[in-house]
Amino acid sequence: MLIESVNIILLALLAVTAIAAVRLRDLFAVAMMFGIYSLLAAVMFVLLDAVDVAFTEAAVGVGISTVLMLATIGLVGRYERGPVHSSLLPLAVVVATGAALIYGTLDMPHFGDPAAPVHQHVAPVYITESPQQTGIPNVVTSILASYRGYDTLGELAVIFTAGVGVLALLGLRRRKRPGKEGVRQ
Amino acid sequence: MIDNPVLRIIAKIIIPMILLFALYVQFHGDFGPGGGFQAGVIFAAGFILYGLVFGTEALRSAVPPGALRLLTAFGLLLFAGVGAVTMLAGSDYLAYNALAQDPVAGQHLGILIVEFGVGVTVSAVMITIFLAFAGRNDP
Repeated sequence: MLIESVNIILLALLAVTAIAAVRLRDLFAVAMMFGIYSLLAAVMFVLLDAVDVAFTEAAVGVGISTVLMLATIGLVGRYERGPVHSSLLPLAVVVATGAALIYGTLDMPHFGDPAAPVHQHVAPVYITESPQQTGIPNVVTSILASYRGYDTLGELAVIFTAGVGVLALLGLRRRKRPGKEGVRQ
Repeated sequence: MIDNPVLRIIAKIIIPMILLFALYVQFHGDFGPGGGFQAGVIFAAGFILYGLVFGTEALRSAVPPGALRLLTAFGLLLFAGVGAVTMLAGSDYLAYNALAQDPVAGQHLGILIVEFGVGVTVSAVMITIFLAFAGRNDP
């Protein structure tokens, strides 16, 4: 009972933060809202016993991406212009898509159902045999790095590509300082 | 560079702790929550805090862009290289059992190395992205 009320409060706070982030025009405040949103999501992951995911969400969502958003705001200016078009059509599209997605979840197995196909396939093998096969107590690590090593290699390639893309677009060029460069020229 | 002495001294005190915690998360990921992705981000956060307080120019002299590029590629190559080594040892790609005589020891070693590769690339890419964005703001 307690956990349900905590979940409801957290989900309500998530919704409030999301709506505030959409409505605010001060981008600094929006970046803070996204940080709070990620922190709330991290708390939800902890409640779902997914501590590894919560850890990532807290470090990436709250920490790094907030700093990157602030750095971007430093480049583009702090205040957003008002919307040019009416937001009724986008709102209708989003509501329709959301309703379709919720309708789609009705066919899914109930949350936490032990008879769900996802819990019948390879998961029991990982949970029962990974300590003997890999000698590693944290089953998340052994799945991530060993059983699903290809996927993790792909994820790392994605991050590598993101870094290469940023380097190609923005670069890490040194600012020319006129005083010093002038002498050489 | 921020001229506030409180911020500068606090940053100097907590940056080593952030880096140490990142190493703990990296190498304790086998036993508790954590691993290469989280550790890489936390390690980068220490450097980003340094860049925020002491300026991107200081961060650039602490981690030269050339080293960042090398480390970005090194982590991914280390991960992919473990797969090449297991293939050379006569097994499948990324089948860590072939890394040591004992399959369990091989698994342990392989997971440790690939997690390290993940951590290196993630932290280098995060610092790179921060420098690329924040560095453009320098006067």
